[in-house]
Amino acid sequence: METKSIMIVGVGGQGTLLASRLLGNALLSKNYDVKVSEVHGMSQRGGSVVTYVKYGSKVASPIVALGEADLILSFEQLEAARWLPYLKKGGTIITNTQKMDPMPVVMGAAEYPHDILDAIRAKGVNLVAVDALSMAVQAGSAKAVNVALIGVMARNMDLEKQVWKDTIAATVPAKFLEMNEKAFELGYASQGE
Amino acid sequence: MEKQLLIGNEAIARGLYEAGCRVVSSYPGTPSTEVTETAAAYPEIYCEWSPNEKVGVETALGAAIAGARAFSGMKHVGLNVAADPLFTSSYTGINAGMVILVADDPGMHSSQNEQDSRHYAKAAKLMMLEPSDSQECKDYAKLAFTLSEQFDTPVMLRLTTRVAHSRSLVELGDREEVALHPYVKDTDKYVMMPGRAKKRHVIVENRVEAQKHWAETASINTVEDNGSKIGVICAGISYQYAQEALGDKVNYLKLGCVYPLPEKLIQGFSHHCEKVYVLEQLDPFLEEYCKTIGVDVIGKEVFTLQGEYSQRLIRKVVLGEEYPTTSLDMAIPPRPPVLCAGCPHRGLFYALKRLKVTVCGDIGCYTLGASAPLGMIDTCICMGASVSSLHGRNKANPENETKSVAVIGDSTFIHSGITSLIDIAYNHSNSTVIVLDNSITGMTGHQENPTTGKNIYGDPATAVNLEALAHAIGIHRVRVVDPYQLKECEDVIREELAAEEPSLVISRRPCALLKYVKHNPPMKVDTDKCVGCKMCQKIGCPALSIRDKKSCIDFTQCVGCGVCTQLCKFGAIVEGK
Ligand SMILES: Cc1ncc(C[n+]2csc(CCOP(=O)(O)OP(=O)(O)O)c2C)c(N)n1
Ligand code: SF4
Ligand code: SF4
Repeated sequence: METKSIMIVGVGGQGTLLASRLLGNALLSKNYDVKVSEVHGMSQRGGSVVTYVKYGSKVASPIVALGEADLILSFEQLEAARWLPYLKKGGTIITNTQKMDPMPVVMGAAEYPHDILDAIRAKGVNLVAVDALSMAVQAGSAKAVNVALIGVMARNMDLEKQVWKDTIAATVPAKFLEMNEKAFELGYASQGE
Repeated sequence: MEKQLLIGNEAIARGLYEAGCRVVSSYPGTPSTEVTETAAAYPEIYCEWSPNEKVGVETALGAAIAGARAFSGMKHVGLNVAADPLFTSSYTGINAGMVILVADDPGMHSSQNEQDSRHYAKAAKLMMLEPSDSQECKDYAKLAFTLSEQFDTPVMLRLTTRVAHSRSLVELGDREEVALHPYVKDTDKYVMMPGRAKKRHVIVENRVEAQKHWAETASINTVEDNGSKIGVICAGISYQYAQEALGDKVNYLKLGCVYPLPEKLIQGFSHHCEKVYVLEQLDPFLEEYCKTIGVDVIGKEVFTLQGEYSQRLIRKVVLGEEYPTTSLDMAIPPRPPVLCAGCPHRGLFYALKRLKVTVCGDIGCYTLGASAPLGMIDTCICMGASVSSLHGRNKANPENETKSVAVIGDSTFIHSGITSLIDIAYNHSNSTVIVLDNSITGMTGHQENPTTGKNIYGDPATAVNLEALAHAIGIHRVRVVDPYQLKECEDVIREELAAEEPSLVISRRPCALLKYVKHNPPMKVDTDKCVGCKMCQKIGCPALSIRDKKSCIDFTQCVGCGVCTQLCKFGAIVEGK
């Protein structure tokens, strides 16, 4: 099987690392060759962060380059816009509608772009936009936003739902399992704008 | 055997475990930290965070001479600190195997420079292996111990960020216990004084020759002949990029050992190709060697010395192909990293801003105090340099003494700030040094250190008493402040700047991300009281922004530290419920 490339992008501290670990483990249980490239360090302090997940019969490079991603899962609107050039022609981008002002915007040195979602759609890109933060809050904590987004992604990938649920159970700490399962279900059930 | 998806660093740790390694001493540094963190989870391996890399390497060397397989790992700039023991360990050799890992950071994801550590292997005449994925990380770590004992030398492992931090499948094996090698007193080997070292130098040169010979047929130096006229010589992650970009369109010489290099193997491989590319990030290390042995290769004239390579770059340069991309016709504001909401460093930097001082900075989370809107760091060079460069600044012009400070984190202070503070006391400058004591090594992902009262296992440990230490080295003005109290910080630092004596200010409050830190509920903006003056935005807290011309607090981020409330003249920032 040809290698598939997924990117998980967001703001450091939003829990993108756990999302990529969940995705990697879910794919692994289907016996794919998997590579996941993570970011540690400086950018985890509120910077723009990206994790690459690749799978197939044999994966060489652990990173995804411009124009190569089959799917981008974005935790924040501006990050969806930033990483769009990495999407392959015909690829899909799933984004959380949450907006987080980066420091240059807070200070008035730059403006948060308007209508990002419309602009992405206008480029003919397949876009799924969901309010994952509300789902997470509904499930019990804003911190579950990553698992809600995994739920949305699960719907857009061809792995059985049970694989995802088993992976979540095996990856998240027991005391947060119920909340995360709920967040996953809410994400899975959402249709997107 | 079981397979697991491990990052390169975890796989190295697994390799240490399986190889019977007994002692690990390292100082954290991205992208190397997880090796030691993971190794600490194996009860069979004694692990510790050392105060700095030099101590780490010396501890490991001591263990290896005593007969235990030992390891020390660090980031590239850490190897500069450990360079002294590194060079002479090459002369003494080892007793039981010793492996030194260095993780380079092309692209500077988390570093202050982009140095290529392969030069150290050559300069110190130490063998260096470079894996390209997690399975190789584990295999090479084990092989490195074997080679170390076979050639009586420490062996280096070199990683780059993408290998250290990428997960790929690793087949796990069992641990092979290696008995302690008996220690035999051997002063000709272990006491490096001129007379003996001269004899050891001969042994070093002979050893490199023997290793070259080994490299010619080593199983980790592999040729993949796809019958092409184009050849590619590569090592580490560049091999994976090349495989993805070029597949079987080229022939490969993959070098698992990057020092010493196999002359005949390279010549033989290149002989069959019309065109040979060398694919290596950073410096033309392999390329220059190829040229010295008369092999004509294409390298840095078409590739870059800066930053990372990728399959895209290789595809473009070698095949002239590029994939199309989509982008939006709008300006996308950057998102630089920032101090966390509730970070204790923030208040201290705000006080410095009010005092309009020059700040000699250092390396850690607090380096982010250099970014707008705080913008309160004037220099940042290497660990420890804040304190010594402040001393130099004040010696250059004593007028600086009342308007310059140094800021240094607790871990950085232990790493290399103490000797600099001794210089201030001994050679007397009226310097004001501020230790930002957040009770953790924050930037690298929260490791314990000698000030935190815990060791790598989280068990109680002796804590350095910074106040007593200052007195002991001759600094008698020592003040402790709470960085959440803006006015207190400003007043105390003003007094210490004015004092005609050196002083140490300890800004003490634990990092906001530590699990034991209890947070208040998020603050709220009373929109009736907020006049939109933006005064509160001056501290650069990521939880604060402006919505509809009024200040707004993001409840997912705010930890209720109360620093912004001290800036609001209208009492508009109030406690949430
Ligand atoms: C010689 C060297 N070793 C390691 C590092 C990696 N490093 C960067 S910052 C840092 C420690 C920061 O801890 P601390 O001084 O306590 O400040 P904090 O991040 O907690 O604010 C380390 C180990 C480095 N930059 N240079
Ligand atoms: S991790 Fe801790 S020290 Fe570092 S920026 Fe965040 S709160 Fe500050
Ligand atoms: S209280 Fe103010 S400064 Fe502190 S975290 Fe909340 S918004 Fe930021």
